[in-house]
Amino acid sequence: MYNFEFEKPSTIADAVAALQGDEAQALGGGQTLLPTMKQRLASPATLVSLSGISEIKGICTGDDGALCIGGATTHAEVAAGAGAYPALADTAAHIGDPAVRNRGTIGGSLANNDPSACYPAAALGSGATIVTNARSIAADDYFQGMFDTALDEGEIITEVRFPVPEKANYQKFVQPASRFALVGVFVAKYADGVRVAVTGASENGVFRWTEAEAALSANFDASAVPDAPAADGMIADLHGSSAYRAHLIKVLTARAVEAAA
Amino acid sequence: MPKDHGIGAAPKRREDVRFLTGAGNYTDDINVRGQAYVYFLRSDVAHGRINGIDTGAAAAMPGVVRIFTGADFEGVGGMPCGWQVTDRHGEVMQEPAHPILAQGKVRHVGDPIAAIVADTLEQARDAAEAIEVDMEELPAVIDMKAALADGSTKVHDDLTSNLCYDWGFVEENRDAVDQAIKDAAHVTTLELVNNRLVANPMEPRVAVGDYNRGTDDSTLYTTSQNPHVIRLLMGAFVLGIPEHKLRVVAPDVGGGFGTKIFHYAEEAFCTFAAKACNRPVKWTASRTEAFMSDAHGRDHVTKIELALDADNNFTAVRTETHANMGAYLSTFAPSVPTWLHGTLMAGNYRTPLIYVNVKAVFTNTVPVDAYRGAGRPEATFQLERVIDKAARELGVDPIALRRQNFIQPDQFPYATPVAVEYDTGDYDATMNKLEEIADLSGFAARRAASEAKGKWRGLGVNCYIEACGIAPSNLVGQLGARAGLYESATVRVNATGGLVVMTGSHSHGQGHETTFPQVIAEMIGIDESMVEIVHGDTANTPMGMGTYGSRSIAVGGSAMVRAAEKIINKTKKIAAHLLEASEADIELKDGNFTVAGTDKSVDWGSVCLAAYVPHNYPLEDIEPGLEETAFYDPANFTYPAGAYSCEVEVDPETGKVTIERFAAADDFGNVINPMIVEGQVHGGLAQGIGQALLENCAYDETGQLLSASYMDYAMPRADDLPFYSVDHSCQTPCTHNPLGVKGCGEAGAIGSPPAVVNAVIDALHSGGKTGVLHIDMPLSPDRVWAAMQ
Ligand SMILES: Cc1cc2nc3c(=O)[nH]c(=O)nc-3n(C[C@H](O)[C@H](O)[C@H](O)COP(=O)(O)OP(=O)(O)OC[C@H]3O[C@@H](n4cnc5c(N)ncnc54)[C@H](O)[C@@H]3O)c2cc1C
Repeated sequence: MYNFEFEKPSTIADAVAALQGDEAQALGGGQTLLPTMKQRLASPATLVSLSGISEIKGICTGDDGALCIGGATTHAEVAAGAGAYPALADTAAHIGDPAVRNRGTIGGSLANNDPSACYPAAALGSGATIVTNARSIAADDYFQGMFDTALDEGEIITEVRFPVPEKANYQKFVQPASRFALVGVFVAKYADGVRVAVTGASENGVFRWTEAEAALSANFDASAVPDAPAADGMIADLHGSSAYRAHLIKVLTARAVEAAA
Repeated sequence: MPKDHGIGAAPKRREDVRFLTGAGNYTDDINVRGQAYVYFLRSDVAHGRINGIDTGAAAAMPGVVRIFTGADFEGVGGMPCGWQVTDRHGEVMQEPAHPILAQGKVRHVGDPIAAIVADTLEQARDAAEAIEVDMEELPAVIDMKAALADGSTKVHDDLTSNLCYDWGFVEENRDAVDQAIKDAAHVTTLELVNNRLVANPMEPRVAVGDYNRGTDDSTLYTTSQNPHVIRLLMGAFVLGIPEHKLRVVAPDVGGGFGTKIFHYAEEAFCTFAAKACNRPVKWTASRTEAFMSDAHGRDHVTKIELALDADNNFTAVRTETHANMGAYLSTFAPSVPTWLHGTLMAGNYRTPLIYVNVKAVFTNTVPVDAYRGAGRPEATFQLERVIDKAARELGVDPIALRRQNFIQPDQFPYATPVAVEYDTGDYDATMNKLEEIADLSGFAARRAASEAKGKWRGLGVNCYIEACGIAPSNLVGQLGARAGLYESATVRVNATGGLVVMTGSHSHGQGHETTFPQVIAEMIGIDESMVEIVHGDTANTPMGMGTYGSRSIAVGGSAMVRAAEKIINKTKKIAAHLLEASEADIELKDGNFTVAGTDKSVDWGSVCLAAYVPHNYPLEDIEPGLEETAFYDPANFTYPAGAYSCEVEVDPETGKVTIERFAAADDFGNVINPMIVEGQVHGGLAQGIGQALLENCAYDETGQLLSASYMDYAMPRADDLPFYSVDHSCQTPCTHNPLGVKGCGEAGAIGSPPAVVNAVIDALHSGGKTGVLHIDMPLSPDRVWAAMQ
């Protein structure tokens, strides 16, 4: 790790100001950023911790019934406190290990947009809105490819709004070593249709499986899940070929539909 | 009634109190006043020529004490190899130089290029980034068969090829084996990979070198399984320090599994640099460094053929293995695929003709050496897999096929066609026990229940045998070992009757501090709390060869028994004097010396006191004091054996395998502490199951290590493993050591991989579900699924 300055503001405004500094970077739970810094693969000059900003922590229900989760809310808090959206609470409960869940935050996870992370599938699968200090971004516009998002430099995720579906489920097939998602499928059934978001599989990061959405919107039954998507563009690595990942998408989607509650 | 003390009792491990409460003293806990830190700049290419190293800017950076490169080690010995294999043609193996820091070329990702000693580790890392290496990348040699092809790039330019040796065993049997295979009624052939593993002890390697200018003494604190071996190798072959000027301390060590047997360049570097810089020098490996510098394990590619006659008797076994040595020869690497592997190819069976061919190959990968089981898991895996495949091809019950070919109890001692003589065993007994504890008769019902929920269930059974209690020195000397493999112990009795046993058997998880006192307590009839075990410091223990090869109780324990017998003989003389009786009439029981047939007695403590306060003492016959040393050299290996079974469920949609049941029936001979034995088996099973399902050390074709962290290298976790049924009540005591013990440390890792793979194949193949007859480990979901397609 290289030396860095550390700031811990208590308001969004102060954090945004601090992030204007040269090579300043936001610190959520540090579960991704700190290991990267220890390996000397990242070298921010200033770390701006978001953990002192109480207004971006916690869970509440919005006027429109959406579940609103502060950007600095930990996975453990979501697992325990998102009872209004059980599939989301369950997703959070299966991220990493207790240490990761007690430190890592939803804002950090969505900002990082790891192609194998779980929250991106939940957010995209729920048609969530990512609220920042500057604007609101629809999930459909937010995820822009592996480790790439619509966030501007210094922009902070302050809240994520999840419309609560009639039924939903997240199926995570773990990569045996990291236990991130080798493939994860989030299925949510809303009054106006079904959303299916897939993580872990595509070289472009989380994506919506629109064929399955159409089929399941017409008939929300495991038997309606279409054939596996093409393997082109799927990740191939030590833990699975692209064909295997494509196959898992179908299997997990069907399982998510069956398990959706 | 279970015993509450002595041999056979199961006291809790006394060392765990300090391990579990943070009171241990590991090498990284040792900080010597004024110490500097070293950071190794390691190669990020698998193979390259170093055209120049510019350390100028780096040397001027803050805190830098000194920067070393290969040039600083001209004239210093390289890392020695402790075993010389002679090949099929009578030629000795090719043995490349292995410098402490790379000289001229780097040969694997992680090969150290420069070492930066600085006041702090961060300063050393900063300076490392300022070093400029002019590296010409060369093609990487990764695939073993390609490495042996004509015209292949050479890992070592000064060797004739990438072949270390081409070993044939038993060479005289070669033609007879070929003929038997030609004549066989049935031949089953299997090609398989024994996957490369990284041992991953919880504690990474650490070394602290210290030099005393006043006395010219060097001290190395290191994470070693065998400090005396390190002292001998490093002192005599690398740095030229006489043993009386070199102390090696291996304090608490957080697991070794073989990978901490070997002498590593970082140890020699820290010892050397401490003197060169006149400052203590400390190195602590990061986990990433461990992945690319700890010796790896296994990595065999094998073809095995099993010949059977018309009655399904095994008539011959022929195997051909390519064994990866990596870029250099690690300390005992050459012995693993040869003498620790070929000699076990008879397994538990009467196969009369066996021929083993091993080609050891240099590649641009981390050196490979012994890992829990070392050679014996590779032998067991191929043999037990090919037998299973034969049973499937012949349509016979795999257990019955094994039983039919077992060596029978009345055949012991049994000389195998691969040079070893099994002293005792009863393989039907362990198989019977397995059938009972695994409830094999209930399998059909369990399979039906699994099928009802859409899962495919399979049962895998196998046997294993291992040669442990390593090893008779005269024998291994003939086989190429450059070391003796005895063990030593000094038993010191204090004036008040307490004992200290100084043993050469290092303990790094095995529980010696608990089991060894049980033996002494049994012999003398005193409480275990009166016995202290000291190990790990060459300054206060006799020359010992260390802990590996399931040898501690069989060899180290035997040395301790011999030393304790000397003590007991002497105390009997003293007691006879005190009791004014004849020595022949003195009996020692429950810590009391009695004159046989009388009520005259004197207790242990009084006799010990007399030895140190010899006022009333036979000074004309015996010396005062009570301290004895014994060296024990085993007459033979020991041969633990057993039968294992595994039941798996396979998810046919995803290929995911879950282990539902696992049973192990072992024959370890006599057992000192059944709880510790059970723990050793559990740990071994976890590692064997890890190999079978999860662990995979993989390189890409350019020699980049794909599994260089826990993000990609899958260690078994508790929830990957089932509750085990473990039994060790089948006991055929070893006939040639005083405790009748065989050793239990490696069994679980040796016996379990074939059980898992046999079970998965059974799940996939039975009932004609698929035609899959083999999948290479690890049986990860994607591989199982791919095989099913
Ligand atoms: C062992 C382990 C296992 C894991 N397993 C999983 C898993 O199974 N599934 C999974 O999804 N994830 C997993 N993770 C990742 C984990 O969820 C991280 O917590 C998460 O990816 C990052 O969140 P963080 O709060 O720790 O962010 P940090 O590490 O602090 O930051 C990550 C990035 O996000 C930025 N950032 C942080 N907060 C904000 C914000 N509010 N607004 C804008 N930018 C911000 C930072 O600047 C940085 O670039 C695992 C991590 C570890 C270490």
